[in-house]
Amino acid sequence: MSREQLFGLVTGVLFGFLLQKGRVLRFDKQVGAMLLKDMTIFKFMLSAILVGMVGITLLADAEVITLSHKSMNLGAVLVGGGLFGAGWAVMGFCPGTSIGALGEGRWHAAFAVVGMVLGAAIYAELYPFFQKTVLAWKDFGKIGLPDALGISRWIIIPVFWAITLLLFFWFEKKQV
Amino acid sequence: MKWKTEDGGWSPYLAGALVGLLAIASAYATTQWLGKTSYLGASTTFVRAAGLLERPMAPDHVEQSEYFTKTKVRVDWQFLLVLGIFLGALAASAVDRSFKLEAIPPTWARRFGRSVGKRAVWAILGGIVAMVGARMAGGCPSGHGLSGMMQLSVSAFVALGMFFGAGVLVAALVYGRRSS
Repeated sequence: MSREQLFGLVTGVLFGFLLQKGRVLRFDKQVGAMLLKDMTIFKFMLSAILVGMVGITLLADAEVITLSHKSMNLGAVLVGGGLFGAGWAVMGFCPGTSIGALGEGRWHAAFAVVGMVLGAAIYAELYPFFQKTVLAWKDFGKIGLPDALGISRWIIIPVFWAITLLLFFWFEKKQV
Repeated sequence: MKWKTEDGGWSPYLAGALVGLLAIASAYATTQWLGKTSYLGASTTFVRAAGLLERPMAPDHVEQSEYFTKTKVRVDWQFLLVLGIFLGALAASAVDRSFKLEAIPPTWARRFGRSVGKRAVWAILGGIVAMVGARMAGGCPSGHGLSGMMQLSVSAFVALGMFFGAGVLVAALVYGRRSS
């Protein structure tokens, strides 16, 4: 095993461990979030984002790591995001959690995995077509919110923290 | 707010915050020791898995495919990360005894019954649509939802909004109120 693979494996084991302890691997948690009845997924993801964005931004500011924005291609993100959401609701798993769900014995997640591998193969076949259509509409490039808005990241991050913490207090008050 | 849930799990705030620390540590470690910053993600691995499965059957086809060429069909850092998720979840669920063999998700069973065949068909169809969407958007709830949001990427805010927006709409249509 190469060093690259070993790093990936160790990170993945820790990631899978935390996903499982946070109880976010379950179909019922994911569909529960989409039915707005169980906020576990939101609490988990937003907590990760709050902590992660501070550290990632500090390290990027210090030029220790490099940011890698994904393209803000309008058609890709809107149409692709909508398709993903629709499929996610029916399947009840996202790509990472489907594999984790298999690990905790929910073997029906294997059907979701099969579907997603098929979906990836289909996307590879349709890619030339999408390049001429959906992907060709408008591409704003790899942009970050601070540049897009012209506002410092050290203003955006505290505002994001404040809004998210208010949301957390509301979740706890509502007991969801 | 409790740090532990009744079934031995951890508070989602705690587990989530630790994932935030893991993402920071991983970005630092991959830059220092692998020479390139890697961020948590999962959906590209499904493309590589599809390529690896297709290659023995149709090597020329995979060779000539623009998308497989762009994505590079190989067992890379993220591929092992995804395999690691399986092992980590297995270990965590074995330790706290939440491991459970389950043929049908309870929420699904309440709405659509206990047919494994029916669940399989819908999960596969949902999986196809979701993965076409994830690859088009350039990421999934890990790549866009966690890693993109941590970097304040514009695409992540829009993608995550679309993921949940469409998800809420379709979930309401599919599971309706009878699942409550």
